[in-house]
Amino acid sequence: MTATTTPYSELKAPTAARRLLTAPTTGPLAALLLACAFFSFSTDQFLTGGNFSLIVQQVMVVGTLAIGQTLIILTAGIDLSCGAVMAFGSIVIAKMAAEGSLPPLLAIALGLVVCGGFGLLNGLLVQKIPLPPFIVTLGMLNVAFALTHIYSEEQTVTNLPGPLTALGETFPLGHTDITYGSLVTIALFLLLAYSLSNTGWGRHVYALGNSAEAARLNGIRTSRLTIGIYTVAGLLYGIAALLLISRTGVGDPQAGQTDNLDSITAVVLGGTSLFGGRGSVLGTFIGVLIVGVFRNGLQLMGVASIYQTLITGVLVILAVTVDQLSRKKAR
Amino acid sequence: MSRTTRLSSSLLRAAAVTGVAALTLTACGSGSGSDSSSSGSGEVKVGLITKTDTNPFFVKMKEGAEKAAKENGAQLSTAAGKFDGDNAGQVTAIENMVAAGVKGILITPSDSKAIVPAIEKARAKGVLVIALDTPTEPESAVDALFATDNLKAGELIGEYAKAAMKGRTAKIAALDLAPGVSVGVQRHDGFLKGFGATEKDVACAQDTGGDQAKGQTAMENCLQKEPDINVVYTINEPAALGAYTALKAKGREKDVLIVSVDGGCTGTQAVKDGKIAATSQQYPLKMAAEGVKAVVSFAKDGKKASGYTDTGVTLISDKAQDGVDSKDTGYGLENCWG
Repeated sequence: MTATTTPYSELKAPTAARRLLTAPTTGPLAALLLACAFFSFSTDQFLTGGNFSLIVQQVMVVGTLAIGQTLIILTAGIDLSCGAVMAFGSIVIAKMAAEGSLPPLLAIALGLVVCGGFGLLNGLLVQKIPLPPFIVTLGMLNVAFALTHIYSEEQTVTNLPGPLTALGETFPLGHTDITYGSLVTIALFLLLAYSLSNTGWGRHVYALGNSAEAARLNGIRTSRLTIGIYTVAGLLYGIAALLLISRTGVGDPQAGQTDNLDSITAVVLGGTSLFGGRGSVLGTFIGVLIVGVFRNGLQLMGVASIYQTLITGVLVILAVTVDQLSRKKAR
Repeated sequence: MSRTTRLSSSLLRAAAVTGVAALTLTACGSGSGSDSSSSGSGEVKVGLITKTDTNPFFVKMKEGAEKAAKENGAQLSTAAGKFDGDNAGQVTAIENMVAAGVKGILITPSDSKAIVPAIEKARAKGVLVIALDTPTEPESAVDALFATDNLKAGELIGEYAKAAMKGRTAKIAALDLAPGVSVGVQRHDGFLKGFGATEKDVACAQDTGGDQAKGQTAMENCLQKEPDINVVYTINEPAALGAYTALKAKGREKDVLIVSVDGGCTGTQAVKDGKIAATSQQYPLKMAAEGVKAVVSFAKDGKKASGYTDTGVTLISDKAQDGVDSKDTGYGLENCWG
């Protein structure tokens, strides 16, 4: 447990395997495995390839949002706007392609640019003015939410052209069908996990989160780094928007209303500290899966939805408690 | 530097004083406004408070109220909660409307019980309060209720599903609304009653919040739990379309019967497209229009609307079943949320 202090020097080195074995990912991983074991014994349907494929499909949208959220929380920030920005991006993509005359790929690109733009704007406000991330993204949540409803005229966009939903299609793997979107999410997790642990950029992100002032004095261009992180997060929300469309087959202005909190839940369950500088996107992947496994498993057992919420709440509080206690110990 | 600060702070103070004075004046104005509005412009003020102003159902309701207000020479003000369940927002809206001197308030309560004290205060000041779509608890907390009979809406699709199954053994999935929300409970119970089934016959039940993505997730999990589900009851058409997407992914969309309630234009189109077998159509535009008329007639001759008015429900399907009355989607699309 004491290894969780994350001194700067240690952050450069660890391999993926070692990082998984050291806290703070150990706890979440153990919780995930325990939950899987429990549900495997409790229901016949849980332990099947099809069911696991399903869980990954169900969590891919929030999972992709949670990657961006992890990056921002690692800098000791927070992003309340991610669900709303994604919803706006999805409406832009859907409307441009279905009702506008844009070719689908161009509509997707436009959606990514719009979401990236929101991220850039968040970053600029946080860094240049500077304003607290909580406030900036709270404001941006309302801006994006309103724009979504104004632009969509409260109407669900249907009849989407094929390329928009291509990521929702499946290919067989053994006896199981996997969606392409699941692969995109997993690839993004691996890409960002690699970037955080094996590149200079990643080390700078951790250093910034541990102490922005120390990072700056060490010659890290913290301003550019922060703005970059928010922009990358925005782009990830754009990809989540595309995944959302591909999953539901419509552009829905009501979408994403609780996804900001769901993404924060996943980050916290994955062992990333809300105080910044400590955690990993692989942890977040585990956090996302914990929520997905509980929802799926309890439903398979026939437990009412409200208990899923209850258990998620208890797990979040436990996760933060573990984080706090290990911090105290480290001091 | 210090002078400018002092200057700007005194300016601020002056602005604040002016602002407070203006507010006091307008508050006084609106306080006496209830008298002047009846004698002055002659326009009856009507308030409409919906759960949200983003749900298409409530958008239609607003359209109906606006049209009826224009036709009856009334002045309509509208408000809504920020999200479904935003009781505090609705309470604020009631208070503001009473302060603005409305003759009557039409409200779709987000929280049937929690809104009651605020409604009682408004009624004590002589304001006519009519609940639209969703009853309050107790129902007598409002002067009148204009709503769909949700139990009947459920019964109709239950009867339809029973007939469409033609004696085959049913394995039912129920995609519900949320725990304890009366609309959802009534539709669910109505469906079972119409189908002649009991809670034990439901192989898989899950809350969806009436949301398409959640409906899809729920259906996927239900299929995982009980692969041979062949009848799906859904709280509304977004949930039904989510279920359809999940079934289609399994190649089951042809042999599973989906029935629903709501009758929105998108949902009725989905019935026409064969994604949903049948839906019970309700009429929010009519609820609001009749509500506005009731307030206007109350203002003119003091006659209060009372009790429950059923605004009607129609079974919409293109595959009519013997012994079950239904209208086709041509009728449905012409009247979708009319």
